[in-house]
Amino acid sequence: MENLFKELAQIVGPSYVSNQPEERFIYSRDPGTMEPREPDFVVLPATTDEVRKIVLLANRRKIPLVPMGGGLVLSGLSRALKGGIVLDMKRMNRILEVNEKSRYALVEAGTSQGMLQAYLKKNHPTLKHSVPDSPPMATIGGNVLIHGSGHLSHAAGFHSDMLNGMEVILPTGEVVKIGSCSTSPYWFGRAPLPDLAGLFLGWFGTTGVVTKLAIKLYPNRPYQDVGVFVTEDPELVPEVLYQAAGVQVAEDITAWMTPKPDWAKGFQHININYAADAPEELIWKRNLIRASLKGLISRKVGGFLPLPPPMKKNFLEAPQTTLAQFADVRKGGGFEYVGGIMPIDLFPRAYRAGIDIAARQGTTYSTGARIIGLGHCMMFFFAYPFNRADESDVDRARRALEETNREVLEMGGIPWKAEAPAQKQIIGRMDPHTLALINRVQSMLDPQGIMNPGNWEVR
Amino acid sequence: MNDLKFSGEICEKCETFDCLTRCQYLKMDLKTAKEERHRLLRGEESRVLEECVTCYACEEYCPYGNHPFYHLVDQQEKLGVWPVPQPITKQQVLMMAPRGKITPKKVQPPVINMCYFPMLTGSIRGKLFDGASTIVGSDIFCNVMWLHFGKNSVIRQRLPEMIANIWDHYLKDSGVNELICFHDECYGTYTHLAPAFGIPVPFKPIHIFDYLNKKLDELKDLIKPLGQKVAYQRSCSNRLVPETQPWVDEIFQKIGAERVDRKYDRENALCCGAVFRAQQQDDLADDVQKRNLDDMAAAGAKFCVFSCPACLFTLGEPILKRGIMPILMNDLCQIALGEGMKGG
Repeated sequence: MENLFKELAQIVGPSYVSNQPEERFIYSRDPGTMEPREPDFVVLPATTDEVRKIVLLANRRKIPLVPMGGGLVLSGLSRALKGGIVLDMKRMNRILEVNEKSRYALVEAGTSQGMLQAYLKKNHPTLKHSVPDSPPMATIGGNVLIHGSGHLSHAAGFHSDMLNGMEVILPTGEVVKIGSCSTSPYWFGRAPLPDLAGLFLGWFGTTGVVTKLAIKLYPNRPYQDVGVFVTEDPELVPEVLYQAAGVQVAEDITAWMTPKPDWAKGFQHININYAADAPEELIWKRNLIRASLKGLISRKVGGFLPLPPPMKKNFLEAPQTTLAQFADVRKGGGFEYVGGIMPIDLFPRAYRAGIDIAARQGTTYSTGARIIGLGHCMMFFFAYPFNRADESDVDRARRALEETNREVLEMGGIPWKAEAPAQKQIIGRMDPHTLALINRVQSMLDPQGIMNPGNWEVR
Repeated sequence: MNDLKFSGEICEKCETFDCLTRCQYLKMDLKTAKEERHRLLRGEESRVLEECVTCYACEEYCPYGNHPFYHLVDQQEKLGVWPVPQPITKQQVLMMAPRGKITPKKVQPPVINMCYFPMLTGSIRGKLFDGASTIVGSDIFCNVMWLHFGKNSVIRQRLPEMIANIWDHYLKDSGVNELICFHDECYGTYTHLAPAFGIPVPFKPIHIFDYLNKKLDELKDLIKPLGQKVAYQRSCSNRLVPETQPWVDEIFQKIGAERVDRKYDRENALCCGAVFRAQQQDDLADDVQKRNLDDMAAAGAKFCVFSCPACLFTLGEPILKRGIMPILMNDLCQIALGEGMKGG
């Protein structure tokens, strides 16, 4: 181990490697409910070549390697389940290129959401990327690789759909380019080549380490507005989502349901955010969205909430800071949620399941959904804040999360960025041929089994 | 309980039909008005119930003070003709519910009732309000807004409790009998709506304009005439108390402001549009706001003065974008007194 420390220090410099207990403690956990797992080392590389050397070293020594972005995944995916090295990518945070006309940004994988957002605002104010509702230090790379979603997901799908290309270090040390960048100096997209991005998306770092990626950018329109449609019958919500999404003028459609404050209990709120280049266009879009929901409005079973300016301002924020406030509602900094990726038809069942599970487990609930594409599916979240200092509260949240994962699978959804135990639940339901293919791909790419072991463990 | 003082007999004998024909939104001829009045008096469904935008103006237009608007809202609720989608109404009722967190406190005159606008208590400052006490919150909220939602039942249920809260927790034990109403809506509630519904009010409501007028007399030596053209945005609740209108002119005269002569002022005033949005009528809100703002701009107004904070919140930004400064009446007076506005 002493030799390994020295070898790592030779690669990244002594300031960027640690095996000290305080660092191992910090890197053993995230804000979710999963039990801590200490790594043996923490390393912060600064270049692709440093990453490549670390991978080769881990391969030679057969030591587990756990890539990590912002460490905010909440479901414990960057814990070192079998010890080894946590590869913290946050020093690789350079914004390498912004192609304005082709609307993409090439960044190193540790670039944070906040950095890119601020950079674009300052240097390319007409462009923006799809920001998730995580704290700004969450990384672009981490979020894309877990199939994240954000404020442009209605318009453009999962963040993995917005991926143009990647530079990846394979578990055996080769540096591979994925997408147009493999053949051209431009990072414009993944077509028309064989699409190898799927070998790394949704694999939780078990197939390689992504060091660079290019993502699509979108117009940052100067005029923005939001309508909050309110109903009190969850059965109506799929229709609301279907109609509002079908208009194709919104950027983001999200739902939120919470028992607090009291006035929100029992209602379903659907935020429809849209933007325009001119005030007239904004009104035109508003009218189209309203027209799509005219039937429900005229039946008086739903309508748009009159929004005082401060409330509207909050709803126009990206990311939503009120979510961060809710995350700490129990105090003590504990927060985790199940994000069930599922068809929008399942909204009523998911809504009721969230309320029932929270009641059974005696915990606070908050549910919501983000619409992906034109209502092609949604990420329905069941959030359970808890007080980390209160073990019984942590247990309650953990039980609620386990039950929610089961229920999501039972109703036909799939838990997103699933914790290791939930991955086992997913694997238990997976088509055996799919499972076998995953096994073959993992064995082919990572013959030593060093990459984030304990996740997607099918072998 | 709290039966409305509305006389079907008076209404039936009325030959003016002012409540319907003068409405700025229904656009009703005399023949239609006659037909619809009969339907309303028979307790039947009527397009008036469906199309009323709840601007309150018919309360002002009625030559007999017969409360046609309150009656209309009663009928909307009775027949389930909801002006606003039900989930919105239910949620607003919950949102504005009394929290029951009121605690008694001694107050000293002048006592300013800030209704449910805690964010505006900072307006109570300077020489105009020297030594004033303020009361504010959900437990003293006048609740007249439910007229917009077809929910007189909420007013009947909550208003007596609010009045009792003001009296029992603040005024009675402090030996104060007068309550300065910062918001038109409160003054309209206590002087007009409460009597119409037979709800007793144990204190004397004073309109903020009446109060300001008297204070400006006291402070007249300090006034530096503004020399500005000012548009006045009349609120819906001011329709309940049109007798307050001359006070606006008096204040303007005292502070050297010119109330611009424009189409949409006084009895012809246009609604701020907030309630139209709650009724899901954005097109109407856009149209009314545009006409109103065009009118202010054409009259050369440099300020638009409000008495209703809700109107200010609704129209403030669009007015500002037109280069006109939105301002509450007391803040305008403070400028004339050389006290300026916060931050400037």
